[in-house]
Formats: sequence, C-alpha cells, structure tokens
Amino acid sequence: MSIPIFVPRDSAALAMGSDVVAQRIMIEAKQRGLDVHVVRNGSRGLLWLEPMIEVQTDHGRIAFGPVDDTDIPGLFDAHFHEGGTHPLALGPTDEIPFLKQQERLTFARVGVTDPLSLADYLAHDGFQGLHTALQAEPDHIVRIVTESGLRGRGGAAFPTGIKWHTVRNTPANQKYIVCNADEGDSGTFADRMLMEGDPFALIEGMTIAALAVGATQGYIYVRSEYPQAILILNKAITMAQQAGYIGAHILGSEKQFELEVRKAAGSYVCGEETAMLESIEGKRGIVRAKPPLPAITGLFGKPTVINNVISLASVPIILAKGADFYKNHGLGRSRGTLPFQLAGNVKQGGLIEKAFGITLRELLYDFGGGTASGRPIKAVQVGGPLGSYLPESHWDTPMDYEAFAALQATVGHGGIVVHDDTADLAKLARYAMKFCAIESCGKCTPCRIGATRGVEVMDKIIGNQDRPAQIELLRDLCDTMLNGSLCAMGGMTPFPVLSALNHFPHDFQKENAATTGEHHV
Amino acid sequence: MSAAYNPQKVAELISAQINRPGALLPILHAIQDELGYIPPDSVTQIAAAVNLTRADVHGVITFYHHFHTTPPAWHTIHVCRAEACQSMGADRLAEHVERNLANSPPNVFEVQPVYCLGLCANAPAIMINEQLHARVTPEKFDRLIGPLADKS
Repeated sequence: MSIPIFVPRDSAALAMGSDVVAQRIMIEAKQRGLDVHVVRNGSRGLLWLEPMIEVQTDHGRIAFGPVDDTDIPGLFDAHFHEGGTHPLALGPTDEIPFLKQQERLTFARVGVTDPLSLADYLAHDGFQGLHTALQAEPDHIVRIVTESGLRGRGGAAFPTGIKWHTVRNTPANQKYIVCNADEGDSGTFADRMLMEGDPFALIEGMTIAALAVGATQGYIYVRSEYPQAILILNKAITMAQQAGYIGAHILGSEKQFELEVRKAAGSYVCGEETAMLESIEGKRGIVRAKPPLPAITGLFGKPTVINNVISLASVPIILAKGADFYKNHGLGRSRGTLPFQLAGNVKQGGLIEKAFGITLRELLYDFGGGTASGRPIKAVQVGGPLGSYLPESHWDTPMDYEAFAALQATVGHGGIVVHDDTADLAKLARYAMKFCAIESCGKCTPCRIGATRGVEVMDKIIGNQDRPAQIELLRDLCDTMLNGSLCAMGGMTPFPVLSALNHFPHDFQKENAATTGEHHV
Repeated sequence: MSAAYNPQKVAELISAQINRPGALLPILHAIQDELGYIPPDSVTQIAAAVNLTRADVHGVITFYHHFHTTPPAWHTIHVCRAEACQSMGADRLAEHVERNLANSPPNVFEVQPVYCLGLCANAPAIMINEQLHARVTPEKFDRLIGPLADKS
C-alpha cells in the first residue's frame, strides 16, 4: 500500500520552502521505486520546525523537521518513510510537547487532514454540527451558541449568540453572514492557518450561522496579502457546493445558502466591521457610525452577522458536542479555547490552542522557550498593533478578557509578539502612531489628525526636545484619541503608546537622541 | 507583466464582474490582475459601468494600498515592516534591500512596505512577486534576488 508523506501547503511552510521539499520527495521516491505519495496538509502550527513533514506508520504519524530539500536523499537512505531514525526525527507528532499540551478544539483537524479532501473532513467529524443544526429549530441553534459562552474571536469579544439573536429577530427579506478574514494584526495568523488548513470548518460554521438567523448569502472578506487562503477557500467552496453542503438545497433540504470570497485590497481599517461592509459594497473602507448596529442595518442595509474566522470555525464543534462541552473549557466569562499565536522574537513560535486561563509566562517559556536571539524578553505585545506592551510584572495574569481589560490591555485575537532587550519602546510607540496615520480611514478627527500629531510629538521626545512638556502633550493626545475616536483604530492606538510610556519610561528618557529609524514607514 | 489600456479588454473584465453586488472592488481586482495596474484612462469606463462619478471611482482606487495606477516594475518586493518582523530585524533587512537594489536599472525592482504577511512566527518575511519567503537574512535575500537581477 502506498505510504502517505505529509508536506504542509500552509503559507508559513511554503515560505520556508515546502514546495521544493514536496517535489524532491516525489522525485527521490520515483528514482528509488518506492510506493509513496505526498499529501499536502495544513500546518500543525509548530512553525519553527517548518517545513515539518510527517509519515504515516503503524504506530501513528512520525514527524521530521525542519526539512530542507537537500535532506531528502538522506531521509530516504534512513528509511524515514517507514519510521526510520534520522537526526531530523521528532518522534510521534502527537507526543511533541508543544502539541501534546494543547487543547485543540477549533484546530482539531488543522495539519492532520488534507484541507481539500471532503472524505478526510467527514472522517474527522466534519459536518456533524451541520447535521445537528439542520434538525434543530433556529432558535435552538442560537441558544446553544449563546450557552456555549463563545465570544467574538476577532478581538472585540462580543457574545456570538447574542449577535445572532439580534439578526434572527430582525425581520428582513434578505440577511447576510459575513466572515471577517481581514486578519491585519501583526503577530496573528490563526485565521490564515484555519482557512488554509481546514476551510470546510469555516464553511460549515457559516452555514450553521445562516440556518440560525435565516440568511441565504455569505461573504468571506479575505485580505489580499493571503493569496493562498483565497485559493484554498475558493476550491473548498466549489467542492462543498458540488457535494450539496451549501447551495440551493443544503443536504437536500429546502434551506439555501450561497457563499462567496471577496478579496480585500490592503487596507488595515477594513478589519473594522463597518469599514469592511463598505468595502464589500464597493466603496472606500470608511468606518460607519454605530448605531445602527450591523446586526440590524448591515451589508446593503440588511441584517448581517459579522463574525471572525475563528468564531465561525468554532461553531461546528459546539453544535456537534454541545454547549457544555465548550463551556467547560476556560474561566470566568472567557469560555472555551483561544488559538494563541506566538510570534516575533521567540525560539519556538507557532499556534497554541489552549483554554483561557493560561498565563503569558507559560506561553512565552513553556511553549516558546524564550527568545530566538537568546537574549532576555523585554516586552510582549498582546492583541496586535492596537494591543498594549506588557512588562514582566504582568506576565502571570491569566489570559482572560476581563483580566486583561483591567490592565488596560487586550487579549484581542490572541496574537503575542515578543521583543528582546534590544527593543526600543519609544521607537515602537512612534511606530504605533505612524501605523495609525497610514491606516486611518480619515473619517474622525482624533484618529486622522491625532495620529499625525502623535508621530510629531514622538519625534520630539525621541529627539530630546522639551521632553516633559511633550510627554504631557502625548498623554493629552492619547486621551483625546481614546475617548473621541469613532472606532478601535484611533481608540486603541493609545494602548501601545501609553503602555510603552508607562511601563518602559527609561526608553523615553535616553540621553543620546536616537534616530527615528524612518525609512519607508 | 503589464499591458497598456485596452478599452475592449477592460469592457470584458467589467462585464464578467458587473452582476455581483458591490462589483467595484471585484472589477478593480480583475483589471489589475490582468493588466498589472489600473490605467487612469479606464476610470471613465469603470465609472460608467458602475454608475458612479469618476471622482468616486478615483477615491476608491486611491483609498486601497493594493491598487496602483502606474505600471508596476518587473519585480515587486514587499518587505514586512510590522512589529513581529521588526522584532527580528526587519528594519535592518529593509535597509539592506534598499542598498542592494539601489543600483539596479529602473523599472526592474519596486520595493513596497507591507504590514503583515501572516508569517509572524517565521520573521522577518518578504514577498517577491507572489512568492512568500520567511526568516529572510540579508544573505538569503541576495540569494533570492540574484537570479531575478540576472534575467532582467
């Protein structure tokens, strides 16, 4: 029987050369007359080991990595395809501590299956949630999702079930499901990995949402920087349509749901839900004032469920295993699991799905193994470019939406960016303002003008001009942005700026004025 | 890589997308994917098709970083400048890229900043045309760019 060898087609694996590795395996196997075939799976999320390849043996899957194409002849010489030993051998994949210590619910299939095999999806509990939903009353679906405690994984953490309830109870001749896959935050890649590694889970989650609220059209708004995710989603949607999981008659029922990918165009602010709706409607991505809520007046003026990729992809397992199963993970009002993304200057970066409650320190050291540079960790930014920089004194706080809010920080989408002791927090604070100036949609004054003034003030602080007065001005400016901005773009840019100023004041007082590091930025 | 404005071709691209709700972005993508950029001369034609003013269409094109109104260079290099890549030396890499390409002939290479390619655990990352590369050192960059510079 032909032996399967798994070589990821995830973007991170591709960027580390997995295509060449896959080709080389096929060439070598052919030359040696071996009966093996290559399966292009998603990534297991052990990203420092990419390309990480796996072989199926009688004792389960065995991993090897990181594999360079020049390693392939040696791997075959060592009979790796039969589980032979080799310096790159990592042992049984499921026993690798980084993976073994996780609680993979939403990411249960990612890296395990062929993302574009419906048979694989079905063999790993796929579409069980959809079958449950088809037999349930819509109100019951909404109730299950509400009781599960699932909150918006995009960062705002609004209870998913309550949002669905509003859309369900707003009468309209047309309703929409919109998946926000405009994952623009630096340090986040969970949406990308899910779309590339298990696209049917997202399709199933969106179909369940449609059944719950009575929507018949769905859009997945994917950033243009993710061409691989767009490619895989489009293929998966076509396959799901042909097999009758979506389309005019969902699994032969009278229920209808059509799904389409919309490619974004490189605007960060379009990750804000109302700017995203404007963009799908074919306009500039300008933020809308709320109310009206998108759940009542959303896409093309119709009631619209807007959820993040991870929120929607978590719905199938909630429907399949019940609200209690999901709710029993986590703590406080943060229920279930979050796929944390450990990134930046970290030795073992990757995706870590864990129940809420794990601490930053456990993620940084038990999973991450400290910095890639080997130097001490200085600051950790949690929750993307609009998240706070946290010093070591905060690393024992449990990962929990409320606990982080109490620190004037955010869990956000679960992205964690590590900086070692060479980082200059004044420079990073300046960057936060600069990024806001570049990406501001321009609708509200605090964000549009505040960010530009913020860069100027930061330049003066870094250049050691009248520092005490400029720092006071910076705090005043942040206060205006925080309280006066229309959306999180301007409203949260003060988070990284003020946290850098409050926790790392030394970086704002350096004797020799550093250069601003301005090049393209 | 890029082609001149051809009203006939643009009309075909528009008509393939026009029936989609909110068709403007899909139309702009189709044109840029085909021609490499959005010719300013095509704005009138696009505006007529979607029943908007030229100012509206111009506003949409210029709002989004992804759309360009001039033909691209032979090779576009996107260098990620966001935080995760900064923590792994993206600023130094960007300086190296600038220096390395400073003496290349015009219209061969174009360097653009990008704010996150989603390769944050394998930083720093760049994209050369549509090809992603992670953990890019200056030496690795030179290796990647060598064959492109020779062929151009």
